[in-house]
Amino acid sequence: MTFTPTVLPVPAPQGLSLRCFEARCRVISNTPVNGEYRLLVLDAPAEVLDCQPGQFFQLLCPQPEGETPFLRRPMSIYGFDAAQGRLEFLYKVTGAGTRGLATLRPDDAFNVLGPLGQGFSMQDDWQHLMLVARGVGLATLAPLARMAQEKGRKLTAICSARRPELAMSVDLFESYGAEVIVVHDQNASSTPEALRPLIEARIAAGQVDAFYTCGSARLLRLLQDLGAKHGIPGEIAMEQQMACGLGMCQACVRQFRVGDRLIQRRVCREGPVFPIEEAIV
Amino acid sequence: MRDFITGSTADLSVSLGDLRLKNPIMPASGTFSEDLSDVFDLDVLGAHVLKTIMHDTRAGNPTPRVCDMQSGMLNAIGIPSKGFAYFRDEMLPYWSAYRAPLVVSISAHSLDDFARLCAEVSLPGVAAIEANISCPNIEADGKAFAMRPDTTEQVMTRLRAETDLPLWAKLTPNTGEPVDVARAAQAAGADALVVANTVLGMSIDITTRTPRLGNVMGGMSGPAIKPIALRMTYQCAQACDIPVIGCGGISTLEDVLEFLIAGARAVQVGTATFQSPTTMARLVSELGAWMDTNNIRSVDEIIGTVQAPEAGVFE
Repeated sequence: MTFTPTVLPVPAPQGLSLRCFEARCRVISNTPVNGEYRLLVLDAPAEVLDCQPGQFFQLLCPQPEGETPFLRRPMSIYGFDAAQGRLEFLYKVTGAGTRGLATLRPDDAFNVLGPLGQGFSMQDDWQHLMLVARGVGLATLAPLARMAQEKGRKLTAICSARRPELAMSVDLFESYGAEVIVVHDQNASSTPEALRPLIEARIAAGQVDAFYTCGSARLLRLLQDLGAKHGIPGEIAMEQQMACGLGMCQACVRQFRVGDRLIQRRVCREGPVFPIEEAIV
Repeated sequence: MRDFITGSTADLSVSLGDLRLKNPIMPASGTFSEDLSDVFDLDVLGAHVLKTIMHDTRAGNPTPRVCDMQSGMLNAIGIPSKGFAYFRDEMLPYWSAYRAPLVVSISAHSLDDFARLCAEVSLPGVAAIEANISCPNIEADGKAFAMRPDTTEQVMTRLRAETDLPLWAKLTPNTGEPVDVARAAQAAGADALVVANTVLGMSIDITTRTPRLGNVMGGMSGPAIKPIALRMTYQCAQACDIPVIGCGGISTLEDVLEFLIAGARAVQVGTATFQSPTTMARLVSELGAWMDTNNIRSVDEIIGTVQAPEAGVFE
């Protein structure tokens, strides 16, 4: 039996629009994409598809056998398409929540809350973009590729992984016209020492106006250093354990360095995207 | 007023002393903020209960601050607070724009600080003060005023002297003498009891052998603690004349009805909102529909109707 995805009915305030919704989506597919990652494709109602790259959803994961995940699990958006009613998540099975996600079958109902948080910006003078990310962090940055193409920006994607076949989103980045460079641990091309000259050569050629990153403390420190040295801004999507995902519980705080002050911010509300220079890992 | 989903026109209003609520559903302190207005119109709620305010700014506990548990969660958030001045200048004007009555939760480390803050928050726009005398995270080993009748009476007596607003005492389940504590709060002049708060707990990661919370211990909440909160609600409602507000693991209509039948005049919903932020709006609708179906005209027809079985003799 199939059904039409809908948002749960709620009283809306007069004259104001709601920012996020609990939606009952329909699973279209949930398949392995390589040895480590799975792609979940949902048929989702239009209300939850007004998304920005970098935003996330809170997923009410099914209970896998013998485990009882209680809280929702935050998951960054891998893909969204309002015209087709599609919402996609790329995930690695690591705990009770994602083990539950892996049990979803086509036509199952699946409750998601979102879109949540502040997404990536793409300022007008950021004409040539460089994203440097690793592992599942590449899934978080994937929606940036379409945004860059729509805004007519040039994008270079440095995709880091343990092995070349585990580098995520390479085809997707290429399909949106990005230049893709795969680096990996097997030939040591993924170390900060190897990446530094690669990135600095492009900076010298005037090909980097801004950085985007996610998923690696080493890469963040490299980009913070290069950014400070060459005056290049950038943004990072950060993670933290969450309960509500809306900002109410204040569980997901992290410290940020703003000037000479340490500031506490909620990853779910003020983030998950923050300026690279303010991030602390 | 017709319900937004069911079209029910049932009268859901309840009174807590002099305070009249349009329905018995309100958030539990610490699980509610203006952020929830992203999800539904907060004026459908019976009241708004804010996260506990302390006088000075506080950073809160180290992370991890929450931990996923079976049928619930542990938290040790640590009451991060922007302080009283921020409440007065920023939060109070924001919440005053709503029609739902505003309940301000306060706490402090000492009697003097508690009393001073109680006087300070007694401002126009505040409908009631909830004294959080039970938060287990504030001081070492989770000690709190509401663990003992004498310290409960001390602190509530001081607070009562500082305000003419309805004064609620938020009790803790982490006591061996809940009835005596409830009676002490009533004797000191509390206008209502909120029963109860989180249950002090702990969880350990067996791989790293470290506690799963940055604060080591924290408060357990969610459906797992509902029987404890329901039992305390029943005990306090039996022992006291002032209204009892049930709180602990409430997430479904059946939970709401259980607490009302046990003697609660209203309920607070907390952790369920984290799992499903539309929960409170849905409970308001479902309560009206249930009353229509069962031909019940007033919530008062439900409150305190628990039928204690006759004791048989074992032979």
